[in-house]
Amino acid sequence: MSYHNDPYDPKQVAYLSPEALEEAVADARTDFAAAVDLDALHKIKHRHLGDKAPVMLARREIGALPPAAKSDAGKRVNAARLAVNAAYDERSEVLAAEAAERVLREETVDVTLPTQRRMRGARHPITLMADGIADLFIAMGYQVNEGPEIEPEWYNFDALNIKPDHPARTMMDTFYVAAAKAGRDSGLVLRTHTSSLQIHSMLNQEPPIYAVAPGRVYRTDEVDATHSPVFHQAEGLVVDKGITMAHLKGTLDHFARAMFGSGVKTRLRPSYFPFTEPSAELDVWFEAHKDGPRWIEWGGCGMVNPRVLSACGIDPHVYSGFAFGMGIDRAVMLGHDVGDMRDMFDGDVRFPLALGTER
Amino acid sequence: MRVPLSWLREYAAIPADTGIDVVDAALVECGLEVEEVVDLGDNVTGPLVVGRVSSIEELTEFKKPIRYCTVDVGEAEPRGIICGARNFAEGDLVVVALPTAVLPGGFTITARKTYGRISDGMIASSRELGIGDDHDGILVLPPESGQEPGADARAAVGLDDVIFELAITPDMAHCFSIRGVARELAHRLNVTFTDPALAVVEPTATDASPHPVTIVDTVGCDRFATRAVRGVDPNAPSPEWMQRRLTHAGMRPIGAAVDITNYLMLELGQPLHAFDLAALAGGLVVRRAKPGEKLTTLDDVERRLDETDMVICDDTGPISLAGVMGGQTSEVSDSTVDVLFEGAHWDPAVIAATSRRHRLSSEAAKRFERGVDPALAAVAIERAAQLLVEAAGGVVDEKFGDVDNRKPMPTVTIDPRLPERIIGIEYTDTQVIELLTVAGCVVHPGPEKLEVTPASWRPDITDQADLVEEVARLAGYDGIPSSLPPSPAGTGLSAPLRRKRHVGRALAAAGFVESVNYPFLDPKVFDVFGLGTEDPRRNTLRLANPLTESQPALRTTLLPGILAALKVNVDRGMRDVGLFELGLVFEPKEGWESLPLPQLPVHRRPEESELAVADALRPKQPQHVAVAFTGLAEPAGWWGAGRAADWTDAVEAAQTIAAAADVELSVSAANHAPWHPGRCARLELDGETIGYAGELHPAVCDLLDIPRQTGAVEMNLDALPISGVKSSPLMSHFPVALIDVAVIVDEDVPAADVARGLSDGAGRLLENIHMFDVYRGETIGAGRKSLAYKLTFRAPDRTLTAEETVAARDAAVQEAHRRCGAELRMV
Repeated sequence: MSYHNDPYDPKQVAYLSPEALEEAVADARTDFAAAVDLDALHKIKHRHLGDKAPVMLARREIGALPPAAKSDAGKRVNAARLAVNAAYDERSEVLAAEAAERVLREETVDVTLPTQRRMRGARHPITLMADGIADLFIAMGYQVNEGPEIEPEWYNFDALNIKPDHPARTMMDTFYVAAAKAGRDSGLVLRTHTSSLQIHSMLNQEPPIYAVAPGRVYRTDEVDATHSPVFHQAEGLVVDKGITMAHLKGTLDHFARAMFGSGVKTRLRPSYFPFTEPSAELDVWFEAHKDGPRWIEWGGCGMVNPRVLSACGIDPHVYSGFAFGMGIDRAVMLGHDVGDMRDMFDGDVRFPLALGTER
Repeated sequence: MRVPLSWLREYAAIPADTGIDVVDAALVECGLEVEEVVDLGDNVTGPLVVGRVSSIEELTEFKKPIRYCTVDVGEAEPRGIICGARNFAEGDLVVVALPTAVLPGGFTITARKTYGRISDGMIASSRELGIGDDHDGILVLPPESGQEPGADARAAVGLDDVIFELAITPDMAHCFSIRGVARELAHRLNVTFTDPALAVVEPTATDASPHPVTIVDTVGCDRFATRAVRGVDPNAPSPEWMQRRLTHAGMRPIGAAVDITNYLMLELGQPLHAFDLAALAGGLVVRRAKPGEKLTTLDDVERRLDETDMVICDDTGPISLAGVMGGQTSEVSDSTVDVLFEGAHWDPAVIAATSRRHRLSSEAAKRFERGVDPALAAVAIERAAQLLVEAAGGVVDEKFGDVDNRKPMPTVTIDPRLPERIIGIEYTDTQVIELLTVAGCVVHPGPEKLEVTPASWRPDITDQADLVEEVARLAGYDGIPSSLPPSPAGTGLSAPLRRKRHVGRALAAAGFVESVNYPFLDPKVFDVFGLGTEDPRRNTLRLANPLTESQPALRTTLLPGILAALKVNVDRGMRDVGLFELGLVFEPKEGWESLPLPQLPVHRRPEESELAVADALRPKQPQHVAVAFTGLAEPAGWWGAGRAADWTDAVEAAQTIAAAADVELSVSAANHAPWHPGRCARLELDGETIGYAGELHPAVCDLLDIPRQTGAVEMNLDALPISGVKSSPLMSHFPVALIDVAVIVDEDVPAADVARGLSDGAGRLLENIHMFDVYRGETIGAGRKSLAYKLTFRAPDRTLTAEETVAARDAAVQEAHRRCGAELRMV
C-alpha cells in the first residue's frame, strides 16, 4: 500500500480520536448556541460543517487507517458529524422561531385606536318600520301598494263614504290644493289617510284582495311634540268571500305581536269611521309605559262599509272585507320611547344614526 | 263631554260598590272613548270639614279689608282663621281646609302667622278646591244642607264625585247627553235605566202658542215647540245642585233660565233657547235667511247670513242663528220677567253647513249637526218651565206651542244571519232581535228578514251595516274570536318597491343618513337657487290652506327640503354630514287647471271615462331620490388628514343609486341651477336626463347659509326602467393581456368621451378599461391634458398574442382620435 500521495499528516491523526471528536461536537454546540440570530449561525456554519471543519477532516483521516480500524472509526466520525448537524438544525429552528416571533412583536398595534375611516349612514326608523310592516304582511300573502299623495277628493272622501258635509272635509283638517283660478276648487287634496289606497286597490283588481299600503299622510295639525302635519300610516285591506271581524281581530293581534312583542295584549274598542261599519279602535296594552301601564290607541279599523264596496264596483252581497290603518310614527315613538315627534322630521342625523339599524 | 258619575247614577242604577275602573271599562266597551277620568276626591287630601262662622272681626289696618274669623269646626274651641273674602256672615256654613290638608296644585295648609294673627286653617273657595272657576268669594253652604260643623265637607261640595271626559263619535250622537250615556252604561252593566225624558208628561199642543210662531221652512225645522213662564224673579239663581252639576260638566252658571236650558241640554241632549218675551217684536218666523241679512250673535260678532242658514226672526229680522247661537237682542237678561222657552229640531246638514260657514261651533250646534232626538223638544221645554218656576217663581202659560212636521224613522230590512256573516260569531235570531231592541229599535220579524225601525234618538242607523254594528257592539267586541283569513299565496314585494329599498340601503351603506322632510316650500327658494323663469320646477301646486303662509307650495324638487335639513345639522354643530331622501314630488299635469271637476258617483263603480277625468286632474307624483352633503367625505384621524367631500362624491352617490337600481348612467357636463356651472354632471340613461349631481353654486350656498362646496344629487327614480333578466358573462379562464395607453386631448374634451371612444374602438376583446392618471404640463403643451388608461384584454378561447393586443390598443386610440382628437402619447 503506498501512501505517498495521501495528504496524510501524522499531526492531524489526532482528529480521529474519540476525545477529539467529542471535543469537536462540543465546540460546535457551544458555537451554535452562541449565535444570536440566523445570520450569525449561517456565518459560523462552515467552521463546524465546512470542508475544514474538524469532523470533516477526521473523515478524511479514515482512509489512512488500517482496514481493521476503518469501520470503527467511520462509525465514530459519522456519529460526530450527525451530532453537529443536529446541533445546527436545532439551533437554526430555535432562531427561526425567535425571528418569526420578533416580526409579530414588531408588527403589533394598538387595536383600540379609532378605526372609522368612512362616514356611517342609516335609514330612517320610519322607513324601517314601514319595511318591517310590509315584510310581515308579505309573509302572510299580502301585496304591498304605494300610491299618490295628492288625490282627487273622490278617492280620499266620497268613495270612502265621507260625504261632502262631513266635518273632516273642512280646511281645519284637510290640506286642499289651491285652484289655479281664484274662486274655484281644485278638487285635489293631500290624502288625509292611506285609506285612499283602498279605493285604488279595489278599482284596480278583482277580489280576493289582500293588500297593505304604508305611506305618508297629511293633516293640518300644527307641529308640536305629539303632532305633525305629515305622518305615516300602514293601511291594510282584505276583500274576499267570507271575511269576518274575527279575521280582522286575528290579523291585528298578529300584527301587534310582531310589532310590540309576543306577550302584547290588544282590545277592539267600538268607534266610528265612515268607511267601515262596524268600526273599532285597536288599543295595545303597554305594561312598561313611562307614564304607567295603560292602553294606547294604535289605529282604527273595521269591516269595509258596503257603500265603499259598491262605490268600487264590488258586490257586498258576495264579498265582505276588513280594513285598518295603523300609525307608523306612533309605533316608532312607542317602540323607541321617542318623546318629541319633531325629532323624527327635522333631519337631525343623530336620530336615524341611533335608531336606523336594520333589525 | 264631561259626565259626572253622580249624574249618571240618577238614571243608571249603578251599584254603590261598582269601582271607577269598572265604569271606565264599561264606557269604553260601549264605544265611548274615555279621554280622562277625574276623581274629584283626589283634588283635596287631608281634613276638609264643614265649619260654622262664629265671629267675624274686620281688620282695617291693611291695604285691603281682611277678616279674622273664629270658625266652629266641631272641636272644643273654634279655630281662628284669616280670610280675604267678604261674601259670608256670622252663622254661615263654610268649607274649611285644616292644617295638613293639601289642595289642588300641591298647596299644603299649615297654621301660620299672617296679618298679625295665627290663621289655623283656610276657608275655601270653589276654585281653591278645584271644582269651579268662581273666585269672587268663598263657598257658602246653603243652611238647608243640614251639615254639622266638623263633618267631612267633600260630599257637601261634590268632591265625592268622579268626572268622565268622553269623546263622542258621530254615530253616537245620542251620547251627547246624560240620557244617552246612562242608557248605554246601564245596558253594559246590566242595571236598570230610567229615561229622564219620561220625567214629565209631554203636554199636548194647544191651538194657540204662548207666542205666535210661523214655520216657513219645515225641511230645515221639522219641530218647533214653545212654552212661556211669566213673572219670574229675573235675578234668581239656579239651584245649588244644578250649578254644581253644570260646573262639573264644564259650564259656568249664569242665571236660572239660561242654566236650566244648559242643564237640560246636558241631561237630555236637546239644546233649548230662552227668549226674553219683552224683547220680541211680534211673532216668531222660522225661515231661511235672506240675501244681505245680518245678525249679531251672542259672541258679539256681526255675521252676514247665507241664504241656506236657518234663522228665527221677529218683526225686526233675524234674532237667532237657528240651532247654533242666539242673537243679542232677544237674550234673557237680569231684567227678564217673561221667558219663552223654545225647543226645536233642525236639519243636521243645515246646522253643520251654517256652523262651518260661520266658523262657529257651539254646544247646541255640535248636537244638532250630529243629530238630536226630535221626540224631546216638547218634553224638554216642559221640564224647563217646571224647573224655572221652582227656581225663580212665575207662572207657566197654559198655552203650549208645538209645530210638529216630523217624518217617521225609515225602516231597515235585515237578514238576521247578516251579523254572523260579518262578525264571525253565531248570534241567534232571538239574540239579534233582543240586541236591536236594546239599541232602541222596534223590530218586526218577518218570515225571512227583520223589519227594523230605529229609535228616534238613533238617526245614524240607516243601513244594514249599522244594525250589524249595533248587534256586535251591544253583544261586546270582547266576545269576537281571533282568527286569520285564508289569504292566497303571495308574490312578494313588487320590483319598484324592492328597488326603492335597495337604493335606500345602498345610500345608507355609502354613509348617507336618511331624512324625512315636509314637502312644503317657499317658492322664493327658486330665486335663491337661481332657476330660470321658465324652469319647470317653478310650476308648483299650492295649498289653499298652508300651515304657514311662507310655505304654500308643494315640492317639485327634494332639494329645498334636504338642504334645509343639512343646515339644521350644520347649525347644530355637525360639520361632516351626508343626507339622503326618498320622496314624491308633485308636478301638475299640463292643462289641469282648466279641466272640469270630476263628478264621480258613489253608489256604483265609476265608468273608466269618469275615472279618466280624475286621473287627468291628479298631478304626476314621481318618486325622487336626493343626496346632500358637506364637510369631509372621509374623516381625519390619527392616520392623517381627512378628505373633503366634493363633486366626485356627488357623482359617485349617483352611481351608487344607479348600481342599486341596476342601470348604467352616462355622465356629461351640465349647467343646471342650483349647481356650480362647472361642477355639475347631467345623469342620463338612453338619452333621457334622469337627474343631476355635483357641487352647489357657491352663491347658492352663501344665500342658504350652508358651507360652500356642498354637494347634491337629485334623480327621478321612476324614470329608471326596472332591470330585466340578465345573462351570465363569458367566464374566460385564458390569461389577461394588460396594456397601458396615454392619450393627449384638448382640455375641454370630457374624459368620459375619451373612455367611450377607447372602449368602443378596442372591440370585444376589451374586458375592462380603467383610467389611472390625468397629467398636465409643459411637455404636452398648454390647454392640453394627458389621460392614462389601463386596458385589460382577454379572449374567450385563446391566449392573446402581443400583436393582437397592440392591434386592439391601436384600434382603441384610433377611435378616440376620430371622436375626440386624442393622440397617443409617446412616453
